[in-house]
Amino acid sequence: MENSSNEITNPGPMQVYEDNLEKGEFRIQQCKDCGKHVFYPRQLCHYCGSSNLKWVAISGRGTVYSTSVVRRKPERGGDYNVALIDLEEGPRMMSRVMDVEPEEVAIGMAVSAHVGIIDETPAVVFYNKEQGDKAW
Amino acid sequence: MVASLRGSAAVVGVGLTEFTGMPGLNHMEIMAKAIERAVLDAGIDKNDIDGIFSANFVELLTPLTIAEYFGLNPTYMDGTNTGGSVFVNSLQSAAAALHLGLCNVALICYGSNSASGVFTHPPAMRTVEDVYKPRNPISPYALVAARHMHEFGTTKEQLAEVAVSARKWAQLNPAATMQDTLTIEEVVNARMIVDPLGLLDCCLVSDGGAAMILVKSDRAKDFPKPPIYMLGVSSRTDHNIISAMPDLTVTAAKEAAAAAFTMAGVTPNEIDVVEIYDAFTINTILFLEDMGFCPKGEGGNFVSNGNIAPGGSLPVNTNGGGLSCVHPGMYGMFLMIEAVQQLRGECEDRQVADAKLAACNGNGGFLASQVTAVFGTEETL
Ligand SMILES: [Zn+2]
Repeated sequence: MENSSNEITNPGPMQVYEDNLEKGEFRIQQCKDCGKHVFYPRQLCHYCGSSNLKWVAISGRGTVYSTSVVRRKPERGGDYNVALIDLEEGPRMMSRVMDVEPEEVAIGMAVSAHVGIIDETPAVVFYNKEQGDKAW
Repeated sequence: MVASLRGSAAVVGVGLTEFTGMPGLNHMEIMAKAIERAVLDAGIDKNDIDGIFSANFVELLTPLTIAEYFGLNPTYMDGTNTGGSVFVNSLQSAAAALHLGLCNVALICYGSNSASGVFTHPPAMRTVEDVYKPRNPISPYALVAARHMHEFGTTKEQLAEVAVSARKWAQLNPAATMQDTLTIEEVVNARMIVDPLGLLDCCLVSDGGAAMILVKSDRAKDFPKPPIYMLGVSSRTDHNIISAMPDLTVTAAKEAAAAAFTMAGVTPNEIDVVEIYDAFTINTILFLEDMGFCPKGEGGNFVSNGNIAPGGSLPVNTNGGGLSCVHPGMYGMFLMIEAVQQLRGECEDRQVADAKLAACNGNGGFLASQVTAVFGTEETL
């Protein structure tokens, strides 16, 4: 039986997610039973309760659901954007829109995902303008 | 079928500390003074307390600390932590525990030296949001405000109306921290912290302690002060981190308030005074909508033109709120105590005339925990 519900796999879903980011890959989970995409990474589908989750590549396309500007002194790195992005596949995630001035990021703006680096940590960030064919 | 707790428990004692000028006291020492004052207010012996309900952001075993510190031998302890709403949540737990006889005298309490002490959180779970460095707790509320402005046309000026109204109430409350006059322009032009929220859209950081004593209603008249009855209470959550909130413009207070009003058998238009958790100006607008005091999206208009200020149609946050009275890390105790004091008729210059019914809404985490309570005087039972 493939991935029976009481089987513990090691590493856990959060570690798998972060390991994928280290490789420059943005993968999220999809439920094999109800079909919904699940983010953040979990041991079970929080919609239907199934533990039959698989890791999938996604389109990377998203829309800004809300946005804010964290004000920070220039000597500490200056202002930066923190936004909520609705992925085309359904889940919402926090991120930053990187190629637009922080206060110019607008709700409804189309964005695409890339694996970038924030303070030396791999992280999914978003760009408003096309950055080539492959997002990550 | 859950037995209704309507009217089953009553507040018979409350205690507050001052809100400033307590450097050199730790959170337990501040809390202890509030408990001492609540015990005095209730006319009980401290050893009568056999139920302890308390949580904070600096230690994990709070009920044990309190029992030890006061030399108590409780039969029921609850250290649940849902953030700043937890004391309203505790009201539900305490009423249930009193109803079942698990304890006979319940103490709900809090103390903090957030302003003058070193504020350290106990370890929290790492989340997928951490890497983006949201400035918590402000960032989630800024994201909510931005979305509310986008969907409903809510303006910075309308957010500012909330802060100005809170200040006007504070000016009627000698205990409130902020007493200077505040204008819409000053709030709108204040330094941005996390857009769209500026410095004066954000609550205070205070010291302060608060405590409340509850008993079963059938013995509530054995105490010196007029009992204030818990008529309804309900607790809800729909997320923890802000990216998991289903709809940024609708909080779980919608369900919590509906259930609390149903238990109480009252409707929002019967409420005389409203105390809600105004950690940020957007909160007041959201909760007034979600509790049913105005339709969704019309909160900005509702708070305008002094409608929730002294002399307005609905008295809201009559102590000056978290924005202008006190906010020591967690505010949930303070809104319940203001409700009780309004219903007792103890509020002097800020007293809402003939107040019989009060509604409270506690907010915890990043709009994650919502707990609504309805209190009433003897004649509302
Ligand atoms: Zn599923």
